[in-house]
Amino acid sequence: MSILLNKDTTFIVQGITGREAVNLTKECLDYGSKIVGGVTPGRKGREVHGVPVFDTVEQAVDNHGSQIDGSIVTVPPGFTKDAVIEAIDNGIKLVVVVTERIPRGDVAEMVEFAELNDARIIGPNCLGLIVPEVCKMGGIGGPAKDASKSYKPGVVGVMSRSGGMTTEISSSLTAAGLGVSTAVSIGGDAIIGSTYAELMPYFEADEETRAIVIYTEPGGRMEAQLADWQAENNSRLPIVAFMAGKFMDDESMKGMTFGHAGTIVEGKEDSATEKIKRLEAAGITVVERIDEIPDAVKERIGS
Amino acid sequence: MSNETMDGVFIDIELDEPAASDPELAKKLEEVCTVGIFKATESGTEIIAGQLDECVLCYLCEQAAPEGSLRIIKKYEDQ
Amino acid sequence: MIFYEYEARRIVEAAGIPVTRYGFCQTPEEARKIAEEIGGPTVIKSQVLTGGRMKAGGVKFADTPDEAAQYAEEILKLEINGHMPVGVLVDPKAEVKQEYYASVVWDSTAKKPLMLFSDMGGIDIEQVAEEHPDHVGRGHISNLLPVGDYEAKQVIAATGVTGSQLNRATPILAKLARLFREKDMILAEINPLAELTDGTFVALDAHMEMEAEAEGRQKQLLRKDLGIAEEDTRDSYVPSEFEKNVKEIDAADHRGVIQGKDHGFEGNLGLVIGAGGGSLTLTDAVRNQGGKPANYSEIGGNPSVAKACGLAKEVLKKDGVEKIAVMMSIVSNTRVDIVARGVIKACLELGKDPAETIAIFRIPGAWEDEGNKILDYYGVEYCDRSVSLWDAAGRAVAKIQEGAGA
Ligand SMILES: Nc1ncnc2c1ncn2[C@@H]1O[C@H](COP(=O)(O)OP(=O)(O)O)[C@@H](O)[C@H]1O
Ligand SMILES: [Mg+2]
Repeated sequence: MSILLNKDTTFIVQGITGREAVNLTKECLDYGSKIVGGVTPGRKGREVHGVPVFDTVEQAVDNHGSQIDGSIVTVPPGFTKDAVIEAIDNGIKLVVVVTERIPRGDVAEMVEFAELNDARIIGPNCLGLIVPEVCKMGGIGGPAKDASKSYKPGVVGVMSRSGGMTTEISSSLTAAGLGVSTAVSIGGDAIIGSTYAELMPYFEADEETRAIVIYTEPGGRMEAQLADWQAENNSRLPIVAFMAGKFMDDESMKGMTFGHAGTIVEGKEDSATEKIKRLEAAGITVVERIDEIPDAVKERIGS
Repeated sequence: MSNETMDGVFIDIELDEPAASDPELAKKLEEVCTVGIFKATESGTEIIAGQLDECVLCYLCEQAAPEGSLRIIKKYEDQ
Repeated sequence: MIFYEYEARRIVEAAGIPVTRYGFCQTPEEARKIAEEIGGPTVIKSQVLTGGRMKAGGVKFADTPDEAAQYAEEILKLEINGHMPVGVLVDPKAEVKQEYYASVVWDSTAKKPLMLFSDMGGIDIEQVAEEHPDHVGRGHISNLLPVGDYEAKQVIAATGVTGSQLNRATPILAKLARLFREKDMILAEINPLAELTDGTFVALDAHMEMEAEAEGRQKQLLRKDLGIAEEDTRDSYVPSEFEKNVKEIDAADHRGVIQGKDHGFEGNLGLVIGAGGGSLTLTDAVRNQGGKPANYSEIGGNPSVAKACGLAKEVLKKDGVEKIAVMMSIVSNTRVDIVARGVIKACLELGKDPAETIAIFRIPGAWEDEGNKILDYYGVEYCDRSVSLWDAAGRAVAKIQEGAGA
């Protein structure tokens, strides 16, 4: 099984006529996803890989004739907030925001709007999510034939702040015979729609998922939030974490920024060392090396 | 230590006559190529050597040219 | 964008928060003139992009215009935490009865701005929060609904403040919260917010920071109201030659993104790596296996051959670099063959043998078969996704150590 997506999930692509969006549309269709429309204002009547293009989300919904489940938003930063709210206002409950460099205030605004409407945002600055051999929503895993090399169905739920590392880790889980239930690229910004802790209840409710792997980086409070969640909820799911960017703790690296917008160390609590301590205290296994992940998962689920 | 730039290390393009002197084809080639390898001039197609290595192997130029008159050569493959 | 106090004061003033009638200047003579106009005791304050000026001697109290000029001269020459001031602020000395603290910051867990207030102002808020938690009031504001005065009132009242103090401080905190949202700030702080002997409140110090991503839509405030030039980025970081060159190569072409950093790195193994998360993982993997990276880098978004070549060349040109390791997490958008062309070309153009110079090439993913053909042709060692990022980094380290041992 899976979280958030299944074989019947329908979605649209907002900004579908952009170069990256055209690629992404093809990739998702090839992988088996049900894309029922695209939106680019002023381009109504066109087609992108057979997908009809509309001026508004409302038209796309009318054309489909019933509720549409999701939307991938890939429009420039200045237009993203409006596009996301348009989607949610038209009844869409799952929005994947690909766009990078959106001001935090806009992200917070659309997340609050989503909360009020029982909708969920993944991202921004993410590659979306994938249910192996069922469907994918976003550029995650790349072209369908590449995605099927890295992702096979299985028991591990993957969440990652880095899009590329989502696939890297999933590929190692696939090679180890564990496979992936659902992998989510949650995004690299300081404020995102869905944090690890916020997605945990979905994995918890998914019978197929037997363990969680997270990829984390210095900066932000998301890992502390997950540690708290794990300590409070007594989850059935063991969690294995990998922390990248430990070199940033070095004195010589102070004041420098690396990686994602969210990877800025603002206080002591943000450092890699501090986060590892918190995660471990909550019973989360933190592996030292990226290639230790599959064995650590096997050990935790006793297989 | 040399610090020159080199052209066409990986890719070469051969364009036969008379296609090479066709100004109409030149325009078409300039249009289809997304990495600016072709330039249309009055006397036909000019190949910009400095752009050859940017070729993304889309083969739109081969399709635009008369059958067999344009060939993309991958220099790293044994002919 | 981080602001100087004199700019931050203008921002709060424009939002309707009272400030003293200060003057900004850059010479002792001007400082004397402003002090004369003020006509009483003044405070001379260093305009520098760092806090804690008081402790560092960057805030001084002058009784006369002569003294004001003398302090201005001293402070203009005083470096604080590695920063030089751009001028001084000459402020009329206020008759302070009590100092308060007011600020708004982001709470990334709640995904909302957080108002903070304390009746123990003037000192470090972290210290107050630790030692006197009951003297710090907190409250989130909505991102969607207008900020109500009552929300600020609740935060202030939680610290035990009541009476006219509560009623005077309330609109100030509410205005600060509104300006935080409207002006895309990531920090808006007034410390101290002073209650004067006549009962009125003024902001005696303000710190503001605007989010970089929002500067484009805050042009009116930045360029017109504050007159900050486009090239004045306030970045205290001085980029190295390598960092500057990589940035230039990146800007010259819109396809893909490359980044390079070498502050704090001085090894012999050049890293041509990507993408965001992959680069962090690989840099750790090299260091933890005894390797010495010469730099950090990021490749992403499918760069042109010229861009990949440019980055590799800059890395190879660095002093002490013997070999480069070309490694990325599995790519879906960036093309393996394009990066392979770029890095091999960099070697060739510098008169180096790619097989010798590239310690390892580990980029699995899009167009990998085509990439492998190129790597085979030039005899470059490569590996696929079955070799982990850790092991690939280990191979590169082993190779360079072999070379050093021979
Ligand atoms: N105009 C003023 N009148 C009276 N006291 C002042 C004035 N400006 C600053 N001070 C005092 O000096 C202290 C330090 O000044 P401030 O501007 O907050 O600098 P910093 O926070 O960088 O040390 C304040 O807490 C306040 O007590
Ligand atoms: Mg202060």
